Amino acid sequence: MQADPKGVLTGAHFLDGDQACCEGALAAGARFAAGYPITPSTEIVERFAARIPTIGGVFIQMEDELAASIAILGAVWGGAKAFTVTSGPGFSLMMEHIGYAAMTETPCVFVNVQRGGPSTGLPTLPAQADMMQARWGSHGDYEIIALAPNSPQECFDLTIQAFNLSEEYRVPVMFMMDECVGHMTEKVEIPPAERIEIRPRRHTSRLPGEFRPYEANGDGVPEMVHAGEGYRFHVTGLTHDEQGYPAMNPQAQDRLVRRLKRKVHDAAERIALYEEENTEAADVVVVSYGITSRVAQRAIEMAREKGIPVGKFRLITVWPFPEAHLRALARRTKAFVVPELNCGQIALEVERAAAGHARTIPVTHAGGSVHQPEQILEAIAEALR
Amino acid sequence: MKEAAVINPVEPFLRMDRMPHIWCPGCGIGTTVNCFARALIESGADLDRLAIVSGIGCTGRVAGYLKLDSFHTTHGRAIPFATGLKLANPSLQVVVYSGDGDLFAIGGNHLIHAARRNIDIKVVCVNNLIYAMTGGQSAPTTPPEAVTTTAPFGCYEPAFNLPYLAESAGASYVARWTTYHVRQLARSMNDVLHKNGFCFIEVLSPCPTLYQRRNRMGDGLDTMKYYKEHSKTRHGAATRDLELSLHGDIIVGKFVDRERPDYLEAMQHRLREQLGERFVEQEAVCA
Ligand SMILES: Cc1ncc(C[n+]2csc(CCOP(=O)(O)OP(=O)(O)O)c2C)c(N)n1
Ligand code: SF4
Repeated sequence: MQADPKGVLTGAHFLDGDQACCEGALAAGARFAAGYPITPSTEIVERFAARIPTIGGVFIQMEDELAASIAILGAVWGGAKAFTVTSGPGFSLMMEHIGYAAMTETPCVFVNVQRGGPSTGLPTLPAQADMMQARWGSHGDYEIIALAPNSPQECFDLTIQAFNLSEEYRVPVMFMMDECVGHMTEKVEIPPAERIEIRPRRHTSRLPGEFRPYEANGDGVPEMVHAGEGYRFHVTGLTHDEQGYPAMNPQAQDRLVRRLKRKVHDAAERIALYEEENTEAADVVVVSYGITSRVAQRAIEMAREKGIPVGKFRLITVWPFPEAHLRALARRTKAFVVPELNCGQIALEVERAAAGHARTIPVTHAGGSVHQPEQILEAIAEALR
Repeated sequence: MKEAAVINPVEPFLRMDRMPHIWCPGCGIGTTVNCFARALIESGADLDRLAIVSGIGCTGRVAGYLKLDSFHTTHGRAIPFATGLKLANPSLQVVVYSGDGDLFAIGGNHLIHAARRNIDIKVVCVNNLIYAMTGGQSAPTTPPEAVTTTAPFGCYEPAFNLPYLAESAGASYVARWTTYHVRQLARSMNDVLHKNGFCFIEVLSPCPTLYQRRNRMGDGLDTMKYYKEHSKTRHGAATRDLELSLHGDIIVGKFVDRERPDYLEAMQHRLREQLGERFVEQEAVCA
């Protein structure tokens, strides 16, 4: 399906990442946003509040992030595409509803413009320290998808992807920006609506009476209906059967939880977006994502100037982790250097995927600024020693 | 009337494939559901366009037993879910059905803000004066001196007066009944299905298992007798005078019924005024 031209601001613009994310959401067809102000994410919904009245839709500033994160789920079951936007402390409050969205298979997007934590931390300064929280933050076993953009252009393009993936797999998608990407201004090309591919909702074509809301297809993803269409269906966060009714037994639990995990896990290779360069003959591969990938790029160039062949692997999809790909890479290289604005989160995944075939060298940073390229260069040198 | 209809006129509104329900004998929640089903019949509401949203608790299970589009959400968050649902598809009639703990403790902030915004949703609060689902702990509605599992020597916190709170926050309609007042309750429920804006109905309901017995107030039937003897109907009573006590009188009736623009009306009015022709009303998604 092509994008609805009403939401597409075709042309070349100078936008910061927050503004570009908002435009991406509008282009993707989001017509409902709920939020609670928090730096450095607020600009996204401020722009949405200004843009949506002339497009047709609703923005509502809720009383807190618990409210915002479930108002969007109500809106989705009412038929809208919807998202919410936050940063660290607000993301913590949203965790219960990320789990509810995963359990009820409600397609939606949670944007987190990461800042330094824990707690109130560094409200105006960057970090990438919510990457594990994005994956594991709600209780119970489940899977989500997470994307990490590294430029305003990607904030636009990948927000559309985030909505498309959420519809395709019926999962909440975490859009993991950071303060730098959110506040950096660059040129953003917005294509004409007919060149933007939109994944429509997996709405059932079955009639009421023939439709079982949680009966999955071959790919493990059930079809959906909306309130008001005559299906008289039930949605619950309790463990449920194919009819959507509570089922309090280990068999139903096993069937449901394993399907919820499998539908994302089994599609990991298809979901994986990444950028890979010169990994063929490299002894060292720098694995990075988000703003850090731009610093890493500089470090890689510096290494090449010194004649060190360094490969680059940029994660765009962070969750599900492109494990098979990294494992294959680990067999061809000696070491992974993993810089990130946290004390070592995704480095653990890289190490796990490498399964002993290559060393993993984290380049940590507690947040508040970005790395110096030299720090990454040093790690590259260490990797070769 | 056909005999089957006389025996159980509410059956068509229930998910009979989910019976038996989980509620205890003597519990009042089922009585309120009967009243709601009666109100649905009388209101002539289009049931394909009526969604019911519950939080978590014994009362939170109501959504799952009604043959409507039904959402069993998270503890305390039925109202913000309902807010999103209603705003995304204004052609829906949205009813929130939940317990006093769910709506006024963990969800209290959402309730007052939805009332302030005058979101067009109808809230039915089954007030059994405790947290029942989790085993009879104190709620913000537990009257002083009542014994609960977390106040074994009697409660010493003051309780919320729910109609007063709902009115102060901006509700368009406020009523209180007990499960003894089945006709009046059904009528109030019917009223709110025809009323625009944020409407609030409190229903006092026995939890013989965890409240009445522990407080030596007997079983479900004894509670009905108590409701009958101690209830005073005072329509239009000032809500600040509606505090409840352990053994005292219960003022019931319709206290507030006023008109003010609901959230969407206010939003559309303002945006149209400011943006003129440029304002685009959202498309009804399920037209
Ligand atoms: C976030 C969260 N905290 C606590 C609980 C446990 N819990 C379930 S129901 C409930 C209280 C319900 O009380 P009330 O709303 O008065 O409903 P009742 O069971 O009395 O009808 C609590 C605390 C929960 N499900 N979720
Ligand atoms: S515990 Fe109380 S409120 Fe819950 S079903 Fe039993 S009687 Fe009703």
